[in-house]
Amino acid sequence: MSQTTLQASAQGFLARYAGLKSRFPGDNAQRAAGADAFARHGLPGPREEAWRYTALRPLAETAFHEPVILLSDTSAQLTALALPDLPRLVFIDGRFSAPLSRLPDGISITTGAPAFGHIADNGEKLVALNTMLAEDGAAIDIAPGIDAGTILLVSLGADAHGHPVSFHPRHAIRLGQGARLTLAEINSGTGVYFNNPVITAEIAEDATLVHLREQREAPGAFHLSTVFAKVAARGTYDSFSLALGGRLARVQVHAHLAGENAMAHLNAAQLLGATQHSDFTTTVRHDAPSTASRQTVKNVLTGHAKGVFQGKIEVARIAQKTDGYQMNQTLLLSRDAEIDSKPQLEIYADDVKCSHGCTVGELDADQLFYLRSRGVPEADARNILIRAFLSEALDPIAHDAMRDHMESAIAAWWDKAPTP
Amino acid sequence: MAAVAETLDTVAAVTEGGYKWGFSTDIEMDMAPKGLNEDIVRLISSRKNEPAWLLEWRLKAFALWKKLDEPNWAKIHHAPIDYQDLHYYAAPKKKQGPKSLDEVDPELLKMYEKLGIPLKEHAILAGVEPVEGERPPIAIDAVFDSVSVATTFKDTLAKSGVIFCPISEAVHSHPELVRQYLGSVVPAGDNYFAALNSAVFSDGSFVFIPKGVRCPMELSTYFRINARNTGQFERTLIIVEDGGHVSYLEGCTAPQRDENQLHAAVVELVALTDATIKYSTVQNWYPGDADGKGGIYNFVTKRGACRGARSKISWTQVETGSAITWKYPSCVLIGDGSVGEFYSVAVTTNRQQADTGTKMIHIGKNTKSTIVSKGISAGRSDNTYRGLVRIMKNADGARNFTQCDSLLIGDQCGAHTVPYIESRNPTAKTEHEATTSKIAEDQLFYCRQRGLSQEDAVGLIVNGFCKDVLKELPMEFAVEAQKLLAVSLEGSVG
Repeated sequence: MSQTTLQASAQGFLARYAGLKSRFPGDNAQRAAGADAFARHGLPGPREEAWRYTALRPLAETAFHEPVILLSDTSAQLTALALPDLPRLVFIDGRFSAPLSRLPDGISITTGAPAFGHIADNGEKLVALNTMLAEDGAAIDIAPGIDAGTILLVSLGADAHGHPVSFHPRHAIRLGQGARLTLAEINSGTGVYFNNPVITAEIAEDATLVHLREQREAPGAFHLSTVFAKVAARGTYDSFSLALGGRLARVQVHAHLAGENAMAHLNAAQLLGATQHSDFTTTVRHDAPSTASRQTVKNVLTGHAKGVFQGKIEVARIAQKTDGYQMNQTLLLSRDAEIDSKPQLEIYADDVKCSHGCTVGELDADQLFYLRSRGVPEADARNILIRAFLSEALDPIAHDAMRDHMESAIAAWWDKAPTP
Repeated sequence: MAAVAETLDTVAAVTEGGYKWGFSTDIEMDMAPKGLNEDIVRLISSRKNEPAWLLEWRLKAFALWKKLDEPNWAKIHHAPIDYQDLHYYAAPKKKQGPKSLDEVDPELLKMYEKLGIPLKEHAILAGVEPVEGERPPIAIDAVFDSVSVATTFKDTLAKSGVIFCPISEAVHSHPELVRQYLGSVVPAGDNYFAALNSAVFSDGSFVFIPKGVRCPMELSTYFRINARNTGQFERTLIIVEDGGHVSYLEGCTAPQRDENQLHAAVVELVALTDATIKYSTVQNWYPGDADGKGGIYNFVTKRGACRGARSKISWTQVETGSAITWKYPSCVLIGDGSVGEFYSVAVTTNRQQADTGTKMIHIGKNTKSTIVSKGISAGRSDNTYRGLVRIMKNADGARNFTQCDSLLIGDQCGAHTVPYIESRNPTAKTEHEATTSKIAEDQLFYCRQRGLSQEDAVGLIVNGFCKDVLKELPMEFAVEAQKLLAVSLEGSVG
């Protein structure tokens, strides 16, 4: 039953490709390869190990259309996001909006066609779907030695007059040797839509990409995003993902540490309520000696929410002196919330230090009692403890403006969340 | 200091090396033709003179098996198994079942002696009684290929109301118990290998501990695959009634053969209110040679149900053998306050592959589980821990602690950890920790400095690494397990 729903949904996407392929911009050979892979493999199903905890059925049951030009004014939405005063690239339903954007000076950014990059893998089914239907995206190139500061990458989604739409933006970031960039992504919207972005990041020697992601999609939205980051020697991919929104969301990050002393941080926080489902899935491939990875993933679940964390550390035979660490902690605040966690180590080198930890529980009764006994009302006491729980993932964010922005997004979410 | 000396003795005692249990025994066998179909299932059932309900049960299982797919999620690789190229029944030829040990084929007794398992009761008594007087002997059920050949101490056990006999015998002597519990923990359609076992299982042990009885001695089964091209499909069923207690040991070996042999066993444990079952395994099936030729494919389903309040099931396993190990001894914690434990040491060398772990399903309130897994990989082997902890909605106050440590010896092996943690109750607490490392240089240096050879030093450190698990084993097995660890790792160091 579910299998046929998935197939029907995949057929819908393939039909859209068949109808529009002559009109899509960009590299048609790449696109055809993606379409070929998607036609063969379709959407991921529940019997696949990587998708055992996230069923795409609700997505498959929705018919998505090609976005139309929005007549309504989206600038109000943008204002509501209270963005920090920084250069920004704004995409509406996956299409670049020049009037709403503010390009940084002296940095090479191309839009108007998907930026396929070189390191995405169409074996990932959602990536194949993206490759097949991508219409737009940003290609950001930072020259060697340049500190490009911060660029905001904003995505706003909206259904077209009640018709759910899907968009598949494709961005490629390239950092030259010793370059630096902070890419701050904010995904938001209204109505029912499916946002399926793919971002590739190639980080050269000694370069650093800080990737901060705020997912606060509309309550009816689907958000399935994939990041591929390839890090050369002494380079760093430092990412933090905040998941607050969406009906069904999954963030996949594949970090490939390809050069000696390369490093990756894949931190995340997921705050979920009502019937939200959110999944944070990562793989870190240690492919060179003396590489390091750090992961701190925190989940706060209430209502009927379901949270998923899957994290895999792979250490290749050559990657001696690897240092891999992963911590996943979950607070279950209601009787009906659920967490599924699968940390995973796959190790082929002997001189390594790899560990993971995972804990699940409710707020500590003693800590709550301590605060209550000092006159803190219960609701405040809970908030203080939850904030403290999240701080381990949030505090490492060095970018003050973005950290503040995320903190206020969390505060706003919390005001709306049903008290357990 | 004593422990060190003991370890050194152990290492010295096993210097002959290799797989010393690899001999085969020439005994006239009664074999079913190769292949698997309904007729074979009927033949097995009729050879065992089984009642109609059991044949029906087997046929249902066979029908289920035909519909199931072989599982492919484990991190193991092997050539496809031809299930039609096996004998599904092999038994030593005999006129009637042996009435007493005197009637058992002397060749068989000799084989078990070679294995170091004295089946003769007087031998055990002679060996054990003078030493410590107090120490109760061990009752043994020996399973040779598909058939249980001898069960010792039946009379002593019967006096306290304990039933310990081959399951094929229990089908006749206690049909109501077998019928009530068989397949109640591992249903026939549970998985591919459990369905296969349910259709063709040959023999195994049956244990029943009545209300309030503490089994007066350790029970033990020794499994041996001997015949060529056979599969062994034993089935063990242990039931402990309210307040009962039993400790059960299981050992396994097989001859050295070039082809792979299939072993698909099912073990079911049922613990009622306040009952305790301790199940210990030392698995040393033939692992294949250094190039990965031959060896046992060990696909085993083991599961215990803690049905009563405060019941406890504890699995301890030392896995050193088999070319492939696919085994997840599990606990279903139904009764409030019930306890599940899993202690495991898995050693892989050469080209062995082990994918083993446990499942702890917390259903009742205040249920507790502890998982301690130690994986050691050497040579070109792959060693995976795969474990599930699931907290169901009503498991208020459930508690789990999991510790998985992996040790890598050499840079051609792999160590993998795949835990699944699923929690649906906010009052439950689960904790999981996993580490992977190699033997620390400073530990090795310290031992070498005190005159230990490289190999002995590694043996010592590995024993220390496994101590948390080995101390859970009954004394008799702990010694054997330590020796096994030393033998298994021989030649993989330096």
